[in-house]
Amino acid sequence: MRRMMLSRFAKAAWLATALLLPVSQSQAISDNAVSAKKPPRLLSEFGFFADMTAQEPAVGVVPFAINTPLFSDKALKFRFVYLPEGTAAEFAADEAFEFPAGTALIKTFAFPADFRQPDKDIRLIETRVLLHQEGGWQAWAYLWNDEQSDAELKIAGAKVPVDTIAEDGTPLAVAYSVPNKNQCKGCHALNGEIVPIGPKARNLNGDFAYRDGAQNQLEYWIALGMLEGAPEPADVEAVPGAFDVDAPLETRARAWLDVNCAHCHRREGPASNSGLFLTWGEKDRTALGILKRPVAAGRGAGDREFDIKPGDPDGSILIYRVDSTEPGVMMPELGRSLHDRDAVELLRAWIAEMDG
Amino acid sequence: MPSPSCVPKPLPAAAALAFSTLVFSATAVFAADHRVEPGEGANERLIEALILAEPGDTVTIAAGRYDLTDGLSLDVDNVTVRGEGAERTVLSFKGQTGAGEGLLITSDKVILRDFAVEDTKGDGIKSKGSNEITFRDLRVEWTNGPHEDNGAYGVYPVSSKNVLIDNVLVRGASDAGIYVGQSEDIIVRNSTAEYNVAGIEIENSFRADVYGNTATHNTGGILIFDLPNLPVQGGHDIRVFDNDVMDNDTPNFAPEGNIVGIVPKGMGIMVMANRNVHVFGNRLSGNGTTHVLIAAYPNDYDDDSYMFVPRGVYVHDNDYGDGGFAPDGEVGKIITDVIGEPVPDIVWDGVTRIPEYFSWVSAENRIYISEPEGTSFANLKMISQMLLPWGWWPDTDIADYAGSLPEPEPVKLPQDGGA
Repeated sequence: MRRMMLSRFAKAAWLATALLLPVSQSQAISDNAVSAKKPPRLLSEFGFFADMTAQEPAVGVVPFAINTPLFSDKALKFRFVYLPEGTAAEFAADEAFEFPAGTALIKTFAFPADFRQPDKDIRLIETRVLLHQEGGWQAWAYLWNDEQSDAELKIAGAKVPVDTIAEDGTPLAVAYSVPNKNQCKGCHALNGEIVPIGPKARNLNGDFAYRDGAQNQLEYWIALGMLEGAPEPADVEAVPGAFDVDAPLETRARAWLDVNCAHCHRREGPASNSGLFLTWGEKDRTALGILKRPVAAGRGAGDREFDIKPGDPDGSILIYRVDSTEPGVMMPELGRSLHDRDAVELLRAWIAEMDG
Repeated sequence: MPSPSCVPKPLPAAAALAFSTLVFSATAVFAADHRVEPGEGANERLIEALILAEPGDTVTIAAGRYDLTDGLSLDVDNVTVRGEGAERTVLSFKGQTGAGEGLLITSDKVILRDFAVEDTKGDGIKSKGSNEITFRDLRVEWTNGPHEDNGAYGVYPVSSKNVLIDNVLVRGASDAGIYVGQSEDIIVRNSTAEYNVAGIEIENSFRADVYGNTATHNTGGILIFDLPNLPVQGGHDIRVFDNDVMDNDTPNFAPEGNIVGIVPKGMGIMVMANRNVHVFGNRLSGNGTTHVLIAAYPNDYDDDSYMFVPRGVYVHDNDYGDGGFAPDGEVGKIITDVIGEPVPDIVWDGVTRIPEYFSWVSAENRIYISEPEGTSFANLKMISQMLLPWGWWPDTDIADYAGSLPEPEPVKLPQDGGA
């Protein structure tokens, strides 16, 4: 039985008012746009944002973050979820929550002009929406215009050159790739159907700096009536931040692999035929790559015999491929053109300390 | 000026409709033919045409050369993608900067025909999880010839069902030209594989007919393999017949670490692990290591459910020309250390499971050879060599292996007039 709850909108509006935040007066979220077979041409037609350029969500649209994010050429990401009024997601222990029809997951990719000041001069590149319709999830990408006033539907994907400055002050040129519709499914596929990846309990179980203060995201969702069937956050698994040095090395490495690889490299995923399974819960050492020989890696094997050779990062295909930026070799094979040096260092340390 | 057009066949007047307008209409009443021409923006127009196609549609890729930087993919059921000839419609991926393959199919009832895919950074044309996938009159080629930087597989259905590969030409793959993996109900016929490491490879698959093909100038011609630690294993019921497997004389150029790296230059047909494999009526000549090798999986593995020795292999009525004159690599050395040169036409490593070595192998699991007079054979008895290093001897009496196995039914595919 559904428990009674104060309308989330009312509640959110109350919170906003209480905190004297600007409440969007103009935009209402268009449930029609979310459920329409033909996606709107402009991102603004959904009404997800009170202020598009500032990425200020409309009332009813909730920002979130995940503990370890996917590396996407260093792009900053702003994530939001919208549930139709009166609905809630159903908790799932290991998979993405079961979101009701009409849900939208919204993610904007952006770059600062200078990574030494990541909050300043942010250029929005694309906003991806995952829309839960009656027939399943649909994925679309919207490309931001030069004026940063709105974003336009881009079905065939795009390459966007981005010039910025890295943390160390050196110029950084990124050939940023906006995925086409099928590439979305290249990662977001489970048994051939599009599904969300990020909003799993273990990724959300952490604090988020809401406007009204930091709070555990699961608690926040439960309080707003967005999530049902969830145990106490203390009883829910949490992946650490992959680069949180206070967490044990093994769990950090596994967290990174789970988020960056396991959407494909799992039994139900696009890379099922590889036999390499990197989900957080994977217990089979061979499936995890330890002393596992490659199957269809081709030159991706890099003259190495095993995916992971304990104690020998240089002898491990995993390192060779994560460390590459060459199509046909690099992993992940989509969504990346830069080296993820922090990840390579993390995975090398993990393999180096593994017993042979 | 080239532009994408969408022409519902019965209504030519609708040609003026913008492509994107039509495809989003609630239901397409008529199967449409989306025609893509080469020229400015062809990559994007191709990607879009494949995304926006509706079930029943055809995407025609007009004759010409397409220099593509991004991989293509199709995820819509019941679509035909056709070019205007494998020499006329050429999709070149020489400048590819993204994606793991040239063309990826993830939907069912798809027909690919009459085009060429060249110089992909990874695999050529891959289908993953497709049911009823047809590859017909295609060419997949790495145009600089054999090189370890070439992509792994040319025509590459994996985790698929009802796979038809008919009259394709694959050249230069650094693993296998035609590779069918973890799939079931497969026909590979009338195709040519040359200058690949493996010409045609059927791996961890059930029910395959491989016939009427030419495998030449590869490292190895036709491989029937089964590997451990995969979601689908226990390959079985494979017929390899009426193929021309000759002059497989290209040095192995596979990147190390891949299982095909073990294949010696001059391998004709190799059966590794698998159950119920029938090799008959093939014409083999000019294969310098050996024409037919039957072998166990040679590596260490950790997988209780894996059967590492071949079970039930029947080799009969093949035609053998010159062979075994230039045994190559580690496998060549293992063979010649036991049997000398020239290597016989047919070699079995003789590896048996230890309990069976001390008892017997049941009839359906044995190796049977029934070949024309004069065919040479050796059982290397590798297990004996291991257990009894002072008293083993290879067995070259082909008559000891007489007998037969019941042949699997021909593979029937729904898209090929079958059930």
